[in-house]
This record gives sequence, C-alpha cells and structure tokens, in this order.
Amino acid sequence: MTINSTSGRKGGFGHWVRQVADHDVFYSFTRSPVTMLAAFTTFVIVFASIFAPWLTPHDPFNPASLDLMEAFTPPVWVEDGTWKYPLGTDDQGRDILSTIMFGNRISLIVGFFAVLLSMLIGITLGTVSGYVGGWFDVVTMRLADAQLTVPPILIALLVDGVARTTLPRELQEEMAIYVLIFSIGIAAWPQYARVTRSGAMVERNKEYIAAARIIGIHPVRIMLGHIVPNVMGPTLVMATIGVALAIIIEATLSFLGVGVPPTTPSLGTLIRIGNDFLFSGEWWITIFPAVALVVLVLSVNLIGDWLRDTFNPKLR
Amino acid sequence: MALLEVDRLRIEFPTRRGVLVAVDDISFSIDQGEVLGVVGESGAGKSITGAAIIGLLEPPGQIAHGTIRLQGQRINGLPNEAMRRIRGAKIGVIFQDPLTSLNPLYTIGRQLVQTITTHTDLTTSQARDRAIDLLNEVGIPAAERRIDSYPHEFSGGMRQRVVIALALCAKPGLIIADEPTTALDVSIQAQIISLLRRLCQEHRTAIMLITHDMGVIAETADRVAVMYAGRIAEIGPLRDVVKNPKHPYTVGLMDSIPVIEEENDELAHIKGAMPGLQEIPIGCSFNPRCPDAFDQCRRERPDLMPTGNPNQVAACWKYDGTTNND
Amino acid sequence: MTDPYQGPLTSSPLLEVRDLSKYFALSSRWLSRIFTRQPRPVLKAIDGLSFQILRGQTFGLVGESGCGKSTVARVIVGLYTPTRGEILFEGQFVNQRNHRFSRASLHSRMQMIFQDPYASLDTRWRVRDIIAEPIRAFKLAQSRAALRNRVAELLLQVGLSPSDGEKYPHEFSGGQRQRISIARAISSNPDFLVCDEPTSALDVSVQAQILNLIKELQRRLGLTYLFISHNLAVVHHISDHVGVMYLGRLCEVAPKRILFSQPQHPYTRMLLDTIPDLSLTGRKRQPVTGEVPNPINPPSGCPFHPRCPATNERCRVEQPHPGASGESMVACHAVEENRLR
Repeated sequence: MTINSTSGRKGGFGHWVRQVADHDVFYSFTRSPVTMLAAFTTFVIVFASIFAPWLTPHDPFNPASLDLMEAFTPPVWVEDGTWKYPLGTDDQGRDILSTIMFGNRISLIVGFFAVLLSMLIGITLGTVSGYVGGWFDVVTMRLADAQLTVPPILIALLVDGVARTTLPRELQEEMAIYVLIFSIGIAAWPQYARVTRSGAMVERNKEYIAAARIIGIHPVRIMLGHIVPNVMGPTLVMATIGVALAIIIEATLSFLGVGVPPTTPSLGTLIRIGNDFLFSGEWWITIFPAVALVVLVLSVNLIGDWLRDTFNPKLR
Repeated sequence: MALLEVDRLRIEFPTRRGVLVAVDDISFSIDQGEVLGVVGESGAGKSITGAAIIGLLEPPGQIAHGTIRLQGQRINGLPNEAMRRIRGAKIGVIFQDPLTSLNPLYTIGRQLVQTITTHTDLTTSQARDRAIDLLNEVGIPAAERRIDSYPHEFSGGMRQRVVIALALCAKPGLIIADEPTTALDVSIQAQIISLLRRLCQEHRTAIMLITHDMGVIAETADRVAVMYAGRIAEIGPLRDVVKNPKHPYTVGLMDSIPVIEEENDELAHIKGAMPGLQEIPIGCSFNPRCPDAFDQCRRERPDLMPTGNPNQVAACWKYDGTTNND
Repeated sequence: MTDPYQGPLTSSPLLEVRDLSKYFALSSRWLSRIFTRQPRPVLKAIDGLSFQILRGQTFGLVGESGCGKSTVARVIVGLYTPTRGEILFEGQFVNQRNHRFSRASLHSRMQMIFQDPYASLDTRWRVRDIIAEPIRAFKLAQSRAALRNRVAELLLQVGLSPSDGEKYPHEFSGGQRQRISIARAISSNPDFLVCDEPTSALDVSVQAQILNLIKELQRRLGLTYLFISHNLAVVHHISDHVGVMYLGRLCEVAPKRILFSQPQHPYTRMLLDTIPDLSLTGRKRQPVTGEVPNPINPPSGCPFHPRCPATNERCRVEQPHPGASGESMVACHAVEENRLR
C-alpha cells in the first residue's frame, strides 16, 4: 500500500514537485539506475527526433541536396571519413546521422500513434464487453481470440497489403504512414481488450458501481466515468512495451519494403538498404541504424518493465 | 513456570520514512492449559504478535528486541529448520480463513497424516487411525468416509473443524488461534467456540485466542489481554476485565458494544479512531481519546501497573499509586 | 403487522413488499443438460417475502449467510428485477410498466449504503465528487456554488469536515469511508435508506459511532430504514421491527421487544441463543446442531426442518406459510399447531 504523502491541499507548483518527488513511484525510479539510464536515453532520442529539422546538419529527404559524389563516405574515425558526415553516408549520399534522427522520428510517431489506436479500440471494446457482457462480449472475445492466433506482423502485413491494393497509386506515398499506423494499431487491440475486460468484470461487481446504478446513471457514463479510469492502469504499462513492439513491426515492414516509402526512410529502410552493402565493406550503412533501433527499443522496453514492476502490487 | 513467556517484545517495520513500531515492548505469559484472549481492534498489533510467536512474521517486519520462551526455551530468532519443527509439534496454528488454511489439492486425510507423521513417530496406518479419531473428536460425521474428501467438499464450519483437528494432531502444548470464527456464520461460530474450548480442556492445551470479537472472548477465555496501538492496555482475569475494566480504553470498548439486555438511545462510543503506525502520540498512546487524560498522560508512556485488584494490571497513570484511583 | 403506529397522519406503510421472490437461473453446460435431461438448476434466493415498513421506522432484517437478505436489499432498490411479487412505495406499485411511478422517479427517494467501505467508493474520484454524484444526476443544485455548499453541509452532517471533500478515499479509515457513503446516500434527500450490513466490516468502537450517526440522521431527516445485518445485538439496538430470514424465506416478523423477549420460531430461538453472553451471566445455552444448507439444494418442506427440535412429518413435506401469532407473524407448523412450549 503506498504511503500517502499529503492531503490534497492546493499549494502551487513547488508543492506539486515535492509531492512527485516524495511519491513511492518516483522513489523506486531513482533506486533503479538501469531505468534512469533508459529514461535518459529515450528522452535524448525523443528530443533529437522532435528537433531533428533544426538539429540535423543535412536534410536527408531533399533529393536536391544529395550529392552522389559523397556516397559511401565512411564514418569519421575511419580513414577517408569527414566530420561533415560523422557516421558516414549511404549509397545515395544521405548522411547516416541525419537519416537516423529522422528515422527515429518516424519510428516514434508510428509507434506512439499505433499504440494509441490499439488502446482506443481495445479499451472501448474491452470495457463494454466486461461491463455489459452478453452477446457483445461473446462476439468480441471470439474475434479477439481469432485474431490472437495470427502474429501481429502478419496482420499488419495483411492490412497493409489490402490498403495498397485499394488505395489509388498517387495517394499511396502520402498515406503510407497512416496506413502503417492503422495496420499496426489494428494488429494489437486484442490484448488491451482482454485486460480491460477482466478489469471491468471485477469492477462491475463492486459497490460503488451499484451505488451509481441505483441513482440511475446511464451505463455509458458509468463506463466512462467509473470503469475506464479504474481499469486503465495495466494497459498503460502494456502500452509502453507496446510502443517498442510497434516500432519493431514498423522497422520490419519497412525492411521488407512495404512500410514507409523509400524517399522517407525509417530505420528499417536504412537497414535494408545497408544490407546489400554489408559484406562489400560499407558496414556503417546497416550497423548504425540497427544499433539505433536496438537502443531505442531497449530503452522503451526497460521503462515498460520498470513501470510494470512498480505497479505490480504483489511485488511490493 | 509458564508455558509461554513473552518478554518486552518489540516488532518494527523499517520503511524509507523511518521505523514503524507495530508492537512496542509487550510482555505477557500463558500458563499450561490456560486460554488467553488477546482482544483489540484492527491495527492494534495482535495478529502480528501471534505471527511473531510462531515465527511467521513477514519481512520487512522484524523482532527488534525481546524474547519469546516456550517451556523455558527461547524460540525467537531460531533458524527456519528449528522453527519448523516447533511449529506443529509444540505450537499449533488456526487461522481465520479455512479456505486458505487447507491445501485444495490434497485430501484432508493426506494432510492430516502428513502432519502427524512429520511430528510424531507413528507409522502411516497408525497416523491414519489417529486422524480418524481426531475427525470424530472435532465432530465430522462419518469420519472414516470423509477422511478421503477434499477441502472444497466441506462447508466453512466443517473446514474449520478440520483445521482444528490439524492443529491438534501433533498434540501441541499451545495453540495460536487468529480470528478462528470471524469468517463463519453466528450459529456455526458458537459451535466452533465450544468445540475449541472443550478439546483444549480435555487435552490440556493452552490457547492464545486472538480476535476483535469480545463475545468470543467472553465465551472462551480465562484471562484477557486488551491491546491498543501496539501496546497492552490491560490484562486480567476474564470476569474482572469484562465486568470491571480498569483502563479507560477497555471501559470505552465494553461500553460501545450493543447489548440486548440494555436499551439505549445512543451507544457510548470513544471519539476518534486508533492511530495508525505513523501517528502514535507521545506519552500514553490513548491520551487524545481518553476522557480521563491528564498532564502526565501526555508526556510519559505508562507501563502495566497494579490496579488494586491483584491479578489485573493496566497501563494507565490513574493507578500510579501517587494519584487517586476509584 | 398490527402494531399501531403512533405517528403523523399516514398509517399506510412507506414501503410494502408482497410475495417478493427472486430466482436465479444457474447455467450449467448446455450440452450436458441435454444429455442428462436435467432441468436448469434454479437458486431461489428469496421466495414469497411479505412485510411492511412504516414511515420513520427501522425494519431490521437478520439472518445468516445464504438467507437472501442482501438479495432483498438489491431487489428493493432496483438492482435486480423481481421474479415474482410486488414492491409498493407509498402505496404505489414500483413497476417499470407503470409509467406513473416508474423506477426512475424512485431513484432519488430510495438510496443504499453498503457493507464494504473499501469497495463502495470510487478510489479515483475525490470525495466531493463522490458525494455530488447523486446531486448532479438529479440536477438538485442550481449552481456550482450551491453544489459546493451542499457538499460541505453534508460532510458536516456526517461528522467530517468540509475540507475533506478535496481528499481521496484512500486517505480515510473504514469508519470515515462509511460516513462518506452515508453522505452520498442522503445527498438526494431520500425518504428511504437500505443499509446492507453497514457496520459489519468495522471495529466495535467505530461501529458504535456509525450506528449513532445513522440513528441521529433518522431523527433529524425523518428517514425510514431497512437495516440488514447478521449481528443480533446491532439489530436489537437499531430496529423497531425485526424480520428473521432463513434460506430465502421469512421465519418470523415482530416488533423488536417481542421478538427478543418472546421468540416463537425455533430458528429465531436458536439464533438468539448464539448471542454471546457479555454480562457473563453463565446462562445455559441450547446446543446448536447442523449447518446452514446449500441454498441451491434446500431441504424439502420447511427449510429449517433438519435442524429443528420440533420437527414432525408435516414439516418434512409441507412448507409453512406465514400466520399471525399474537403480535408476530410466524411461518412455522409447530407454532400453528401450538406444539411449542
């Protein structure tokens, strides 16, 4: 049981800071050096991605700024490298560092919004299933079960493929990112639905829900006001790890060539491009994006792990 | 020599905000064959005391100082293996929830036989016979058949009887019963209480009966210890504590229990609530709520002191000898 | 039921319940039911309950686990629909089909407080929002200021302070949470309050405080209570009339003093015997036998017959019907046949 720090008196920002610093969650955070490192890394990556347009020395997406003569420049510490391209360039003369920063951006955007979509669908369906039950519950859960038999990557691939055939050619490039978010989002909703559903089933038997029903509050308001806030906790933890997973799926799809268009490369695209040159000596085109991907996913994952352990009442 | 002697026991919980004291320097003893009722409201520390005695105190709780002696031998701080041998053989335990006290995967016969063979020299078939005898003693009908049933096939009251049989099977000298009847229906409660009392009289087993229910104590105990905020407020013979309580908390407690023989518009009550572990007041921990508190109560913490009645002691400055008492 | 009510004008009851029954169909595997050709098992949680509660009085409903008293609470308050029988509030049928007096208009006038102080408040809401929920739902406050004032007033009425409204439930003890529940229940100015074991989860000294509060509010606000408990001493303290339930049926209903001094039904007598003897009079107890049977598979005839010292052949076969006996209502063949004492 957490030890409460204060009663809810209004006391301004300083008071709020003290409340956060005093809280058990923050305490466990500061006691875990791994998590702090992971959080710091994520913060740096996110920061770099948001401000990429201003931070990057070059714009890797502008074909006009590329110079084929500078292609295959090695990283700065290798012979022939220059500080102009600290991590080298790829086969089209794109600066690897800049492309990684922009690629991170795409990964984070896709990861974040895909998970948001999953949560939206999953929490809604799960809450209604758990609270209302009946045939809606049966149908939704069987749907979820069916979908869970297929690995998320394949689902994403499937949805992506369908989108490609239905969307007109001109729109495909523009819509690529939205299609990606949609397909990854659709792939992951069942787990959120399941968790929310069991939470809703527990909460609906509690007396405060009975109290609300007695006053005649509409079921939708009960679900939104009472059930959802109380069952959302575990989903937030899943979401953090889900972002990591979504990023991997996006990288995989891009690696396979069905993700983002090649003109706006993400980490996966870079890895694929670099793959062709891995054994002919230009190792940096694959390795650096791969390392960046691993670092990003690992950091997010570690934060998710810590969150899960902190909020697990049994471990406390 | 008393069967169980607890001397200046102190149980603490280290937290990052400092050390919380759950049980603060309590001392009491239980004689052979005696039933000591330990009564108090939730948070008073009675369950933790019981847990410490049988060595089942959950970390981070720890015994900070004090000794617990069973038949003159010190049992606190023993290594796990030694404590395990004592538990069951010398001290039996009955917990509140019969559902979780029994392993749902084994028949009760198997659990009984296992306990008996672990703590005695009987063979398996001898143990089985003894188990059937025990089940008959605790009032399980058709014991030879039911010995092979699973816990879920019994009702709550029957399960608690099985738990009592389990506690008694190695013939311990002391049983620690923590809220043994709280989870049961009132009609079953009465049955279980009288069973417990009868069995322990027959086997000369002492009981430390921990409960918040004064009614259970009134039916069973020889002596009563009243706990409040980790301290013992009062100990004495049952009759004296119930009919003539000395500590103001006990007085307030007894007054606030509704009794059928009286008809009051309002129940007497003690204002406020028992302090949590972080908020224990200086001086006597009951002083903010006490109608008789005076200056010394707010400054110094009283130890148990004689109250005029030879066997009844209370931790209250009213009985200091230098101050007037009734 | 013939107790003359010494009160203002109306002598008709505020709440009346006639032949109230609630059965739960228990689902067993559809396929196995087809194979074994067994009918769907039915749990008769309450069966044929009839009683009245007069305005301003407290009706205590007492019984052990499985007797159905919680189901009674939930059916009366509208959480379950009855399988059979009628509920009348102020003489009008409470019935969804009767639009003149539908369940909806009752919501503000009938409220409930619950047993578990930890599950009866939404831990994510502030106390002031919890208490304001009914006020908002029934649009009883004209402005936000009026709402704030009302919440502060309610907090004071239940013995808390207005600043407690800003806190969250976990900052309060069990007894204080029950006070918050009570504040929520009276916020819509109800006439009738169903109290489902409100003090069973509380310590004795806190229980006394809450019981006093409940009584005081009744005096001050003119409330009528249905008070459910398994604790006879508490029921004795707070009720005017008492009903004893066993396995879904009412055994005996009587004014409090009569029930406790001259119990007629064998189960009532048995229950009274289990009250602990705190005055240490050393009174003799009649040994109690048997256990409460499984409500899914109740005994035939009178459900109490396996444990009853006065059983005869008729008891094993025929269910007793409630009949007047002095000022009490008793459902017992032995009482009817004058076989007791």
